[in-house]
Amino acid sequence: MADYPLIDVRHLNKIYKNDGVVTQALFDITFQIKHGEFVSIMGPSGSGKSTLMHILGLLDRPSSGEYFFNGHNVNELSDDELANLRNKSIGFVFQAFNLLPRTTVLDNVKLPLLYSKDKRRMEERAKEVLENIGLGHRLYYLSNQISGGEKQRVAIARALVNNPQVIFADEPTGNLDSKSGIQVMQILQALNDKGTTIILVTHETFTAEHAQRIIKIYDGRLVSDEPVVNRRIAKENEFLK
Amino acid sequence: MSNKVRSFLTMLGIVIGVAAVIIIMSIGNGAQSLILDQLKSFGKDLVIVLPGDSDGGPPSETLGITVTTLKYDDAKALSEPNNVANVKAVAAYYQTSANVIWRDKKSYETIINGVTANYFDVEDSSIEQGRFFTNEEVDSAAHVAVLGSVVVDELFGDVDPIGQRLRIKNQTVEVIGVLKSRGKVGMQDYDDQILVPVVFAQKMIAGVDYLSSIRVKLVPNADADRAVLEIEETLREQHNILKKEDDDFSVHSFQDVLDTITRITNTINYFLATMAGLSLVVGGIGIMNIMLVSVTERTREIGLRKAIGATNGQILRQFLLESVCLTLIGGSIGIISGVLVSYLAAVVAHLLRYQWDFVISIPALLIAVLISIAIGIIFGLYPARRASNLEPVDALRYE
Repeated sequence: MADYPLIDVRHLNKIYKNDGVVTQALFDITFQIKHGEFVSIMGPSGSGKSTLMHILGLLDRPSSGEYFFNGHNVNELSDDELANLRNKSIGFVFQAFNLLPRTTVLDNVKLPLLYSKDKRRMEERAKEVLENIGLGHRLYYLSNQISGGEKQRVAIARALVNNPQVIFADEPTGNLDSKSGIQVMQILQALNDKGTTIILVTHETFTAEHAQRIIKIYDGRLVSDEPVVNRRIAKENEFLK
Repeated sequence: MSNKVRSFLTMLGIVIGVAAVIIIMSIGNGAQSLILDQLKSFGKDLVIVLPGDSDGGPPSETLGITVTTLKYDDAKALSEPNNVANVKAVAAYYQTSANVIWRDKKSYETIINGVTANYFDVEDSSIEQGRFFTNEEVDSAAHVAVLGSVVVDELFGDVDPIGQRLRIKNQTVEVIGVLKSRGKVGMQDYDDQILVPVVFAQKMIAGVDYLSSIRVKLVPNADADRAVLEIEETLREQHNILKKEDDDFSVHSFQDVLDTITRITNTINYFLATMAGLSLVVGGIGIMNIMLVSVTERTREIGLRKAIGATNGQILRQFLLESVCLTLIGGSIGIISGVLVSYLAAVVAHLLRYQWDFVISIPALLIAVLISIAIGIIFGLYPARRASNLEPVDALRYE
């Protein structure tokens, strides 16, 4: 494991300008996340937690302050370099799944490989990830023919197919029933046990407590950063081998 | 693009544009070959003399002006070997139209073509039945006629026309022969005419003393330019003209006519193809429009693709590829339907007794394919740039 943290933000600010109206979404955020951690970023809607996740996930850039991702100074990277980093080091899981409609489960999972420099055995790699997540029987279903829980697992498989160092999960259980939600949390915890860093963005305390540590954001400011005392462990592990 | 109906409707613009260009090029070539091939078959070594000075412009006749300067004696002068060398035949023409009546019951309006006895030396034609008139019959304005096959069908049906008497204006003529069917050449139907001795047509039918034209057939491979000069000299002498500027006639070698017709038909072809090409531009705008809609609809997809690592260039290429696919498929359908319609046009032209070549040039098809691709790129570029320049965050948040 590298001796520098995976995520290292220092005095980060984010300011939006919309039609001359200036809004500051994040104020002077500083924290670090080490490789292999499971961290929840928590806050009510409008708190800036999604903005923070987008910056941490290299989808957006800070207005000021510094952000080192895995040792890279993000301010010095071009758009294409950021895209390549997202492709090989980061996986995203969104609340709305964001699967391509009218496209098979397998093709959805293959998608990141199409943008990857490593295009060997794409079909096999995608199948392997889907089988590990318990969806080996859904490979050739269209993404709109499966249940919500299955959709989110397809999205997780898509996030995993390039073996990323970190997975950003933005309200991953928000559109799911509780049973499917528990499955998703189980998968995330199992991945974390195997060494993948997980960063979970949520407004629910219950979901956030599945992490080892919770960073709370309120009105764009970091208000607390504490370990979880009684960490929740999602039950029933049969969906992951 | 997954929306099949929309994709098809979008492609329709390109389909129609490409098809229109191909049809117009093909039919234009067909019409051109129709005119030129016919001219070439009988027109080689031919020099045409028309009344009135042409100055390279259109013959006065086409403007509705009758010029009376060309006489039967001019034709006779041109047949003198001392005046013009290498002449095989000089044929004089006087053309008019009239109502022809048989036995006071059948009547038919047709071209009355006054010609000389050497008609077959200058025309690609022959007698099917009976005989043609002689030099003596021409000079004596004999009341005889040779009919085209259409006239025979119209007037006589199954009755043998030979020996029948027809009324043209106040004259009675005897049918002595029938021409072999020849079909239409350009705009002229050679089967829909009555040939009579030129002197008879002038004096008895029209009451004039001038000619419509003179055709001079040279011996094979004679120097046409020299013949043109000699003909001009002879006619100036006949008409007492001193300077070329005062010419009241014009002499055209076959090559002149060929060049003029080629120039005119080419101009028409290119003009029409340009018009059809405009519809390609309209089709391209349709493609651009629908690609813009598609980019907007798929904003979240674009955001996702960027989130999982697509670079701006990769998104640009994806959307360009989609628009090129649309135009290429549309172009291919357009080529196929254009070729089909052109083929049908050729079939119909054959049914109408035109000698029509079905011409589809391979380079034209390749150009059509390249133009389709180019339209896909040109009109796809703006939407594709819009897609590739979307901020990933904005795209993901887009509702």
